[in-house]
Formats: sequence, structure tokens, C-alpha cells
Amino acid sequence: MIEKDNERAKQFTRRAFVMGALQGGILCVLGGRLAWLQIAQGTRYKTLAENNRINIKMLAPSRGEIVDRFGVPLAVNQQNFRVLITPEQTDDLKKALKKLHQIVELEEDTVTKILKQAEKSAAFVPLEVKDNLNWDQVAKIEVNLPDLPGLSIDVGELRSYPFADSTAHIIGYVGAVNKKELADNKEDPVLKLPGYKIGKTGIEKALDGDLRGSAGNVEMEVNVLGREVRELKRDDGSVGNRVVLSIDAELQRYTQERLAQTRSASAVIMDVHTGAVYALSSHPGFDPNLFTRGISEERWQELLYDPAFPLNNKAIAGQYPPGSTFKMVTALALLEAGAVNSRTTAFCPGHYELGRDRFHCWKRSGHGWVNIISALAESCDTFFYKYSTDIGIDKIADMARRLGLDQKYDFFLPEERPGLMPDKGWKERYIGQKWQPGETVVASIGQGYIQATPLQLAVMTSRLVNGGRAVKPWIVGMDGKHAMDKHNWEDLGIAKEHLDLVKRGMNAVMLSKNGTARASQIPVEGMEMGGKTGTAQVKRITKAERRAGVKNEDLEWRLRHHALFVGYAPYTNPRYACAVVVEHGGGGSAAAAPVARDLLQMAQTRDPASTQIVSSADEGFDILRQPPPKKPSFFKVNSNG
Amino acid sequence: MADHSVRLKEEYSFLERVFQINWGLILLLCVVASVGFAALYSAANGSFDPWASRQMMRFGIGLAALLIVALIDARWWYRLSYPIYIVGFILLIIVEVMGHVGMGAQRWINLGFIQLQPSEFMKIAVVMALAKYFHAATPEEMRSFRFLLPAALLILAPVGLVLLQPDLGTSLMIIMAGAAMFFIAGAPVWLFIGGFVAAAASVPVAWQFLHEYQKKRVMTFLDPESDPLGAGYHITQSKIALGSGGIEGKGFMKGTQSHLNFLPEKQTDFIFTLWAEEFGLTGGVFLLALMGIIFAYGAWIAIRCRHAYGRLLAFGLTFNFSLYVFINVAMVMGLIPVVGAPLPLVSYGGTSMLAVMVAFGLVISCNVYRDSKLPRM
Repeated sequence: MIEKDNERAKQFTRRAFVMGALQGGILCVLGGRLAWLQIAQGTRYKTLAENNRINIKMLAPSRGEIVDRFGVPLAVNQQNFRVLITPEQTDDLKKALKKLHQIVELEEDTVTKILKQAEKSAAFVPLEVKDNLNWDQVAKIEVNLPDLPGLSIDVGELRSYPFADSTAHIIGYVGAVNKKELADNKEDPVLKLPGYKIGKTGIEKALDGDLRGSAGNVEMEVNVLGREVRELKRDDGSVGNRVVLSIDAELQRYTQERLAQTRSASAVIMDVHTGAVYALSSHPGFDPNLFTRGISEERWQELLYDPAFPLNNKAIAGQYPPGSTFKMVTALALLEAGAVNSRTTAFCPGHYELGRDRFHCWKRSGHGWVNIISALAESCDTFFYKYSTDIGIDKIADMARRLGLDQKYDFFLPEERPGLMPDKGWKERYIGQKWQPGETVVASIGQGYIQATPLQLAVMTSRLVNGGRAVKPWIVGMDGKHAMDKHNWEDLGIAKEHLDLVKRGMNAVMLSKNGTARASQIPVEGMEMGGKTGTAQVKRITKAERRAGVKNEDLEWRLRHHALFVGYAPYTNPRYACAVVVEHGGGGSAAAAPVARDLLQMAQTRDPASTQIVSSADEGFDILRQPPPKKPSFFKVNSNG
Repeated sequence: MADHSVRLKEEYSFLERVFQINWGLILLLCVVASVGFAALYSAANGSFDPWASRQMMRFGIGLAALLIVALIDARWWYRLSYPIYIVGFILLIIVEVMGHVGMGAQRWINLGFIQLQPSEFMKIAVVMALAKYFHAATPEEMRSFRFLLPAALLILAPVGLVLLQPDLGTSLMIIMAGAAMFFIAGAPVWLFIGGFVAAAASVPVAWQFLHEYQKKRVMTFLDPESDPLGAGYHITQSKIALGSGGIEGKGFMKGTQSHLNFLPEKQTDFIFTLWAEEFGLTGGVFLLALMGIIFAYGAWIAIRCRHAYGRLLAFGLTFNFSLYVFINVAMVMGLIPVVGAPLPLVSYGGTSMLAVMVAFGLVISCNVYRDSKLPRM
């Protein structure tokens, strides 16, 4: 019995060891599995756990300000008050909205929209009820908040343009991101934020990347239901760069108001030496604040179909035959080519004959004997008709280009158009015909194919009076690290005495007794200006009309001549150049010269050139043209995944 | 052999018995239970309420029960083995007839002050009954089919009832514990090989009898990613929690998966996950090592015991405990399907705690009375 017991005990011990080994083995397997999960797969699971717990929310950066040369804000961010409702904090969502309706009027479909949204989203997600609240409404809600559980007021940002109409064409406006813009800006996640606005036109569009800033983000710890538990990390992002424009906001406002006395006009005032654009206006304008706050369909249609094109910036996109304002180009080309000199004269009987064609001077009775100065002062066409054929169109076109026509300056205003300066090659390429000498005659007084923008005319005037330097217009104070107002413009290589002759002619326009714009001289001593009138035909005057003596004023508005004027002041030592185009305004001396006079007088009174442009870096913003830093793409794995 | 009276060769004084108690083993149990307290404290976001404090109270009660059971003469437990089995069996029938629904299965008897889970006690009772049955078995009997059949019925009868509850996990655990008893009692090895083959062959048949949710659990286990938001969610989130713990863990009370409720049932079935998320591989291996030492301790007590009943009982109960540990830990690591088994001593739960402590009381009793002579029937 005892032996048997011993034998069983031994068998038990053997089998117990087998079992023990099995248990030990299983323990090792479990330990190994744990090590595999925690070491070999640790990184992967850590990422998954972080994705579970962290919800990254992007914060829209504040858009950079746009200011004028003195730091006066042209585009700012206004606080936008919104009222939000959190369904779970209300006893009854519908009743809560009804209560709110008694304080702030809500539309029927906003209520139904919110009720629908509330069904779809989690109860703790706040829903926007109404935005763009005014102070009165905010105060009313604020006072009643204790009786309105679940409601809260939230402050967002709304782009606002203090100068409204007068800077609309330069600044442009912002609007919701469309699909194309989203596709073009893939690397910037901020565009995907609901309600984010992007620059649509003007500087807002051209410098959108600088103004945008970089998105911030908040890392929220969320639980399994997605409820936010606490804030882990916050990066407010960086505010967009401040953009300083060469514009003088007050001068700009004055210009816009002055142009408003016409039906449709545009004007440019710039610095003849630096190229700084002080004012650039196009009338009629529009209020860009309408676009950021929501414009009515009716008003939009009105803007779109107005024959005066309020949405277009005519100062850079309007292309007009320069008319007599082109005569300085022809004069310089003649002088440079040696075809005329200061002593050259011509007799003007009121017309000029070339072959079988007769070209009329604007003065039917004729100017009699003229030289280059009186031809400019009295705007005699015959003088230019006569000598233009001696040098041909190509030399005139070359001078036009040297003086700044027929080109774009690409200075951050996306609408800019290039104008047109025809020559022999151009006609053969685009029309497929040989250039006719008669066309040179027409071109010599700025008619025919030639087209120029008011900006180009202002540049041309600047180059004529600044000593022949190739100044270019600019509107943004910095290009890279380079301050534009310190730029040294290259010499065009035009003889100084020729420039001086042309300038004397332009002075005489305002000063001599037969000057075409004598009546529009600035009546302040020391501020006197020089300039040149121009009248551009919209419709060719037929022989029948000429005989019948149809006057321009009798024509329908849209068929009347454009009135042009280019000028500079003070004429002794020019600093400001100005170009004005009054669409269908009639004669340049009557319709455009008085506008230019007022603008140049105001420019000299304010004298923006005497103050240095504020730096864009003075508030910590560094380089204007630097693209915003790239952020890593935000990803979010489903928190339950 | 005709004399059936119990012969008590020795009587121990109270102090002698207290001295014979394996205080080392009790210390180990306390350490493991403390791991549980810490984990439950963390699970409640740094609060003793609602779990840790109650668990401590239950452990106190369990400890008292352990000491009482340990101090009772093993020969009494020997005599009471069958009656206890019968009581457990009756309780199982009661739970089947009038047990009320909890967690989708009928497993509880509400006694007013405690919710009793008879299947927990049945696991102990089956081991006790088998230990008694095999106590006096001769090697010849162990090879006899007629002798082994009643023992098999001792296992299969409660398994049948538990399956009706339905509780597949517990049924399988009783079968495995029973099979272990057969093995250490000396049943022939071919029996196990044959049993294994038969079990494998019956899997397709058994599949038909599984409940829908059980099938789903198995399917999900085989391919957890197939249903990441449904039944596979538990496994996936548990693996994320474990894996993200790394070597050193996220720190006490800093487990994100558990505290943000990504981890399901963190205070019960997934308490090991919480522990290993916060204390990492270091903490996980520490706990597994503690468990391993407890297994070894139980086996050592069993081997030292001079009567077969004690050897079988001590080893069987310890093995039962280890089965629990294995199944729970393997489950949370995604090695086996989710079966809903707690981690003994650590998971929050009254019945399980009490059952484990009583079982170790019996193991220690076997140590105290290891030299006693037990009768042969």
C-alpha cells in the first residue's frame, strides 16, 4: 500500500512538473506577446492612441492689415459677433430659439436649419444661429444670457474697408474660397476652414499669401464620444503681414470724390521721381464691405450691368486712344530723329494733305505758322501730321515704349492691361496688311490703333519731366527686402534739351495765351502746373457729319469723345504727375483739365512725397514677399478607428 | 480496510496551525490584490470610489474567509467535498430556473446583500469532488474506463448546466480544470490525445450550437479589423492601450485609453490593459511574474502534501487560478476571443474575489494538514 502510495506520489510529481512547464510556457508566451505589443509595435500603437485622444482644430490666422503710406488703415479686421447655441445645454432647443427670437429677430428657415443641424451633430457641438450682430443686439443678448441657457456669444473676424468705395479698386475684397482656389492652394490647410475668406481682387488677391498669415491650431483631448476634455496645446498661428501701400488715403478719397462729379472717369497721381502711386481712382466704384457682409442679388446685378463698369479699375484696365496727349511722344521722336529742331516751323491751314487724303486739324481755321512749342501748346495736329511721315511709325512706336506705353508694370494690381502701340511688324502680324503712311499720320496725334491706360499716361508724363528716367509705378512699399522709394531708375538716354523743349511746350499749354488749358491753371503761386490736353474719338467723324456741323455734345453719351489730360506740378520742378480720363466727357481742356488741376493742387497741398513711407517691418513683420511657412498637413484618423 | 471510521493520527493546536499557514503565499496574494486596488483607483480617475474601496473591503472579507478555510482541518474538507459539490450543483439549477438576467446571460443569484455566481463556486466544488474521487484510486483503477466514467460525469453535469446559462467560457474552463485533474491524478496519456482529437473533430458540430454573439466573438477574434467599430472594437482598443504603454508606461493615472473611455470595461475584464498601459511592459511583466510565483507556490504545496487528496486539491485549485489568469491576459492581448473572464484578484468583482480567496484557503489548509492521514474509501 505504502509502495503504491509512493509510486502515485512520484507519478503526481512528474505530471505536476509537466503541468508546471506548460504553465511556465504559457506565461512566457504572454510576456512575449506583451513585449511584442509594447516594444516592437509600441510606436504604431502610440500613434493610434494619440489619434484616438487628440483632436486637432485649426485656428484661422488674423489677416494682415493693409495701410496707406502714413499707416492709415485701408483694410482691417472687424470683430464679428455671432450667437451660438449648444443643444445639450438647453432644456428644449426649439423653445430656446423662440426665446432668442424675442430678442433678436430670426428668420423662419434659420430656425429649421438649426433644428436639422442639431439632429445630425452631437449635442455638445455649438451651432451658429446668427452672425454680424450689431452692438445693440450683442448687448441685448448679453443681458438676457442668464435666461437663455445654451446660448453664447462668440467673436470672429470680418474684413472691413474703412474707405469703402474710394479704395475698392486697389484693395479689392475677400470672399469665400472656391473649388479652383482650393485646388491651387493645396499646401495651405487654412483654406479648408469653414467660413474662411480669400482675396478675390486687387491687393487682397495679389498679396493674399502675405496677408493670410499661418494657421494656428489647438490640440484638444477628446474622449470616446468626441467631447472635448481639455486643451492640450495651443498655437495661435501668426497674423498675416501688414502691407504698406504707396497710396495717400486722403488724396485717394479726394480723387474719388472729385471724379464723382463726372459720370465715369479714372485718374492716377504718382511721384515723377520715385514712381510711388499716391492715388489711383476709378469712378464709379463699389463698396467692398458689401461683398464681405453679403451682397443682395439686386445690387450685384446693378454693379454687373452698369455701363460705367463700376467693378473695373479703369485707371489700369481702361484702354483709350491717348489723343493729343500722345503728341509729346511724337515730338520727342521727331527731335531725337533729327527731323525737327527748335527752329523748325510748319504752316497749319487747318488740314494736311497726304496723297489724295486730307487730314483735318482740330482747329478748322488753322493755326498758321507753328513751331514745336506752339504746336504742343495749341495742340496743332498739322505740325505732327507733316513731320511724322518723315520718320515713320516704328520710330514713334519705339519712343512710345521708352516712355512707358504698350507694357504692363505688374505691380500687384492683377487687372492691369498693357495697352497697344502699333508698328509695321504689329500690323503685319495681327492684321496681315502693310502699314500705310496715312496711318502714321493718324498715329502721330494718338488716334487709330493706339491705346493707353491712364496709368501709362501718368508714367509717360513722369518720364518726360523727371529728366528722362525710366521710372515705374509701384504701390506696395517693399519688393523683397528692397524699399521701392529708394530705387534708382535708369536713364532713358533721351537728350536733355529735347526733353526740355517738350516740357516747355507742355508748360505753354497752361501758360501761354493760346494754351489749350490756360483756363485750368492752378491759381496758387508756386503750385502752377504744366500738362497736355487730349480728346479721343470714340466714333469716327464722317464727312457728312463734318459738313452738317454735328457737335460732340449732340451725340449719345456712349458715342461722345473721351476727355484726357496729363499734367505735372509744380512746373518749375515737377514732383507729381497726373493723368485723368473722363469717359465720354467731351474735350480734354473742358472736361479733364479742371479735374487734373484740382487733383494736382490737392497733391501739392498734402505733399505726400515730403514724408517717408512707413515701414512694413515696424510691427515685427519682416519680409513682405515671403510666402507663409508651410505647415504639416493635418490629418485626423477617425477617433474610433 | 473494513474500518471506515476516520482515523485522526494527529491533532494540531491552533497556534501550530497558524504557524503552518503559508504567510508568504498570503503576502503574494496581498501584493497582487494591491495591484488591483491601484488599478481600480486609477480607473475611477483617482478615486477610491466606486471601485477601489469596495474591492479592498471584499479583499478583507476574502482574507478572513481564506484564513478560516485554511484553519479548518483538511480532513473535514475531504468529508465535505461531495456535499459541497451537491450544494453547488443545486445552486446552478436554481440559477438556471430563476436566475435573473445580467450581461445577457443568467449567471447570478441575488441574495440581497450579494449577487452570488454559483458557477464560480462550482469550479472549486468540481475540483474538490474530483480530488476526493481520485484520492484512493489505484493505478489500475486510473486506467479503467468504468472507474473514470463517474469522474467524467462529475465534470460534465455542471458543464451542461453552465452551457445552458449560456456561459461558454466558464464551461470550457471547468472542462480544462477537470482535464487537468484527470492528468495529474494519473489518467492514461492516450485519453488526452484522444480527447483532444475528439474535441477538434467536434468543433464544426459545436459551432452550430453557439449563440450568435459567441459566433461573432470568435469571428471577430479571427479577424478583428473586419469590424473595428463593432465587436472588434474591444480587442483593437485594448491592443492600442497595451501597445501605447511602451516599456515604462504612461504613468499612474495617465493612461489615455482608459481615462478617455476608449477602453471598455476597464475596471473588470480589461484591468490588465489599464495596468500595462500605465506601467508598461515593466508593470505587466511584474504582475505576470507575481502570478507565476503564486502558481509555483501552489504546485510546491501540492507536491509536499503527503496525501493524494491534498495534492490533487492544491494543484487543481492553483491550476484553476492560473487558467483564469491565462485566459484573461491572453484575451486582452488579442490572443484568444473575448470571453468575458476577469483577472482573478485584480478585476473588480465580489464573487470572483471570494472564490479565489476560498480556493487559496483550501490550498493552505492542504499545507497545514499535509502530514495528516486521510481515510480510503
